Amino acid sequence: MPHLTIIEWSGKEHHLEAETGQSVMQTALDALVPGIMADCGGSCSCATCHCYVDEAWLARLPLPETAERDMLECALDPLANSRLSCQLRMTPQNDGLVVRLPKSQI
Amino acid sequence: MRSNELLVVMGAGHAGAELAVQAREGGWSGRIALVGDEPALPYHRPPLSKAYLGGAASLEALALKSRAAYDKAGVDLMLGRRVAEVDRTAARLRFEDGHAMDYAHLAFATGGRPRRLPAAAAGADAADNFHYLRTLADVDRIRPRFVAGARLAIVGGGYVGLEVAAVAVKHGLKVTVLEAAPRVLARVTAPRVSSFYEQVHREAGVDVRTGVQVDGFDLDAEGRTVTWVHCDDGERIACDLVIAGIGLVPNTELAAAAGIAVDDGILIDAASRSSDPAIVAAGDCTRFHSALYDRSIRLESVPNALEQARCAAAAVNGKERLHDGVPWFWSDQYELKLKMVGLSQGYDRLLLRGSPEQRSFSAFYLKGDRVLAVDTVNRVPEFMLAKRLVAERIAVDADRLADDGVPLKNLLPPA
Repeated sequence: MPHLTIIEWSGKEHHLEAETGQSVMQTALDALVPGIMADCGGSCSCATCHCYVDEAWLARLPLPETAERDMLECALDPLANSRLSCQLRMTPQNDGLVVRLPKSQI
Repeated sequence: MRSNELLVVMGAGHAGAELAVQAREGGWSGRIALVGDEPALPYHRPPLSKAYLGGAASLEALALKSRAAYDKAGVDLMLGRRVAEVDRTAARLRFEDGHAMDYAHLAFATGGRPRRLPAAAAGADAADNFHYLRTLADVDRIRPRFVAGARLAIVGGGYVGLEVAAVAVKHGLKVTVLEAAPRVLARVTAPRVSSFYEQVHREAGVDVRTGVQVDGFDLDAEGRTVTWVHCDDGERIACDLVIAGIGLVPNTELAAAAGIAVDDGILIDAASRSSDPAIVAAGDCTRFHSALYDRSIRLESVPNALEQARCAAAAVNGKERLHDGVPWFWSDQYELKLKMVGLSQGYDRLLLRGSPEQRSFSAFYLKGDRVLAVDTVNRVPEFMLAKRLVAERIAVDADRLADDGVPLKNLLPPA
């Protein structure tokens, strides 16, 4: 199972094991990680599962599709490494992925 | 708080599941029971009329949280159970099977149920090809007949009806939508937006009929299958499958019987507290005063259910979190992402920005220079800005608003 680290705005780290194919968002929800609100349930409609992908991983993830790019354009506190965690799938290729959560989703 | 003190959350939809888990996260140290009348783990409802109906989403993908997440939060799932009575004097509830529980705090997250079609009462209700669409079980019953070539009659041209129509026509069904109002989405959007959606559906091959009331059904000889739908204009429509989506009725009977204040929704304040200090409520079953619109509203909305649940979870822990979110909704049909913010009731002017012909536009509902609501079609960045326009009651210049050459963010003050 691919490993995932989620770091809250406060700095608290969550080291999780994800199901292959599961989204980062769902992995976080199942582990009760605060800071992933996921109001729309992963339909790329709300930008409340916004996260920052660790720079080392950014180039190794598939690029965001248009819908995600549009949402990110107007997410709160966007950065160059912003992604929506509902659109990031855990795979053997991104075993060890590290993402951080923004201040706006406390 | 004594550790044996029990929080019971009635209703295991979006609101109930969020409330139960957030109550624990917020410090509730006693037991938490999440009671739902459906057997499945609490699940995402919006995909039912979209991806799940079309077979694009699995049952596992629908779960709001894994079973392990409830275990971790110490939430006891009591699924497939129904509460029959709440006795507030004794702080006790009784299940239909006679089992009773004493609660320290109680939460109503009982949601709503489909409004019944009066014309179906004569027997169509019980036919095996007549369905409402609210639950997983509804969709599981629909799917065997949801096949290419089948003739589908949809009663009601609201979000559910139109989302079903979009999925159905893509699957090769022959689809007729019957809407009693003069236009689809009549309760929620302006005529211009309705006509856009009517055109989109017609171009996709849906037979959209408006201003027609369904006034009866023919059943086969055994009385098990609807064969024809009768309309008040004299038309008859042959069908293999009927899906009715004509609105929602809030589930407030238990609350009303228990003597809690109810008026087309369980009345709550901005902190999700009911008229009983030991009882909170959240989601589609509630009615509350909207500060933004200065009137009482009831919303059928996932984001509202979640936020009210978070407020209710705070309230049971003796904290106060006030719901000040702006209402928003979404509906995916074909490749169109319709996202709406605010409530348009009372608008005196509609401004369009962009082009319905290009399938990319926003409709602004104005009252004076205030934006009451915005519908955006395939304009997600504008939706996010529109949320601020509505929530912060930002006065707008109508000419600039309607000018697609002026970036919408130029109309907002800096964040």
